[in-house]
Amino acid sequence: MIEVEHLTKQYGAKTAIDDVSFHVDKGEILGFLGPNAAGKTTTMRILTCYMPATSGTAKVAGYDVFENSLEVRKRIGYLPENPPLYTEMTTRGYLTFVAKIKGIENREVKVRVEEVMEKTGIKDVADTIIKYLSKGYKQRVGIAQAIIHNPDVLILDEPTVGLDPKQIIEVRELIKSLGGDHTVILSTHILPEVSMTCGRVVIINKGKVVASDTPENLTKRLKGSESLFLEVEGPRKEVETKIKMVKGVKKVDCEGTTNENVVGFKIETEINKDLRKELASLIVNQGWGLLELRPVGMSLEEIFLHLTTKE
Amino acid sequence: MKNCCAIFNRELRSYFTSPIAYAVLAGFLFIAGYFFYAILSSFLQYALRSSMQAQYYRMAPPAINVNMLALRPFFYNIAIIMVFAVPAITMRLYAEEKKTGTIELLLTSPVKSIETILGKYFAALVLYTVLIAATGIYQIILFTHGNPEIGQILSSYLGLFLLGGSFIAVGIFVSTLTDNQIVAVFVTMILLLLFWVIGWASDFAGSTIGGFLGYISLLTHFDEFAKGVIDVKDIVLYLSFIFFFLFLTWTSVESVRWRTK
Repeated sequence: MIEVEHLTKQYGAKTAIDDVSFHVDKGEILGFLGPNAAGKTTTMRILTCYMPATSGTAKVAGYDVFENSLEVRKRIGYLPENPPLYTEMTTRGYLTFVAKIKGIENREVKVRVEEVMEKTGIKDVADTIIKYLSKGYKQRVGIAQAIIHNPDVLILDEPTVGLDPKQIIEVRELIKSLGGDHTVILSTHILPEVSMTCGRVVIINKGKVVASDTPENLTKRLKGSESLFLEVEGPRKEVETKIKMVKGVKKVDCEGTTNENVVGFKIETEINKDLRKELASLIVNQGWGLLELRPVGMSLEEIFLHLTTKE
Repeated sequence: MKNCCAIFNRELRSYFTSPIAYAVLAGFLFIAGYFFYAILSSFLQYALRSSMQAQYYRMAPPAINVNMLALRPFFYNIAIIMVFAVPAITMRLYAEEKKTGTIELLLTSPVKSIETILGKYFAALVLYTVLIAATGIYQIILFTHGNPEIGQILSSYLGLFLLGGSFIAVGIFVSTLTDNQIVAVFVTMILLLLFWVIGWASDFAGSTIGGFLGYISLLTHFDEFAKGVIDVKDIVLYLSFIFFFLFLTWTSVESVRWRTK
């Protein structure tokens, strides 16, 4: 549905995105992840025909964003970072205007506006002037504006910013429910959002794509080693040396002691080697107390930091 | 066409839901009313004095022309006030959209730039027409107490309308260049003043340049209308002026899509 090939955008001498390529299939929800100023907004602006790329091509639903801008614009819904609201209008008036310029037939406009207000939960502020709405409501009007013409592709730039926790959950549910019929790209720097809503993640840093995969695969692939967490009741030094002697152990970190005798360890082992059995028997044989032993997965936070902070 | 109407409606409504339309209307009518009063008073004084003189010398009272001595200066003054009123109307057209980010909605919607520009242009033109129509009350006063010439009044209004159309075209273009409304208002005013007085230079510039400067001066062409002369040449000048500046506006709006660096 969306194909991005070698996209580069320069602002003067500054390169905002550099040779970005990715694709999104129909019905997929893609998370666009990256620290601030990584080039997320620039990429989205190119996809929505707001600005052209310096080089490379981007196609939405088979249409080139530069050559067939009008066809692309008919098929996308876009929520920019700051919702584009005419603050002197009422919610209903604003949505009616947007419905018209998005090409909805005159007789369907009214129905669509009501539907979309229902869907985004803004019916109770339908006749309020947008200026007086809270940030959360404004954001929801912004989302309503993006989905009003039932676009094939939905591009959301940080859709949950400024919402309270309950609203965040609602918006995520809304986005999830939109997947399937719509192809969604959403950018964020909030990591749990991606693992909760997105089928696939593209991580971008300093204008370059550093990873692109499902959240699960990303977790798996990036682990150069597997980790175990172990809590033992016993003499700290001795336990540490004994564990280090077990074959397959790469690294042992002490992770906080609750009292003198209880020590927690984070143990990195070689890949595809489950050492739980060996470690358990070692500790039991030594007569120490085995309090906890579990495998530790790498969280998306760690992957993200790993990818975006390495030189 | 439908997009154009939607944008036109929104712009026009926005003028009247924000204080802009009322502020401009009130300010304009206040100043225009003062000018009308001042011009009429001096006209009456002059008329009185010359009829007294006529009596003194036992001559027939002179024919004093209300059209030339009251109407023409009045329309002239209205036109000058418009140099300051029109920038206030046009300043927000694009600058505000850029500031608040709503330009992103317009540029990513299936709307052609020309539709947006025309929608905005005609909304401003309607507000402008309301302004000049409001001065019609003064003409009614003139008609109840004198016998001004209807033809000259109508041609003056046509001139004002075309002049305003040209001013708005300049204003909308300047508004696309900045996201700051103060800058937009100021630059538009300077440009309008320049187009107003550029003809003065034609007196001492060389014959070719001088002729050209005289031709593009909006002042000289308006003068014809205020005298009651409707010439195709003047109408063509105004229309091509409007077309040229709307084209510049279109280029400025579209250039966002071309600038690859």
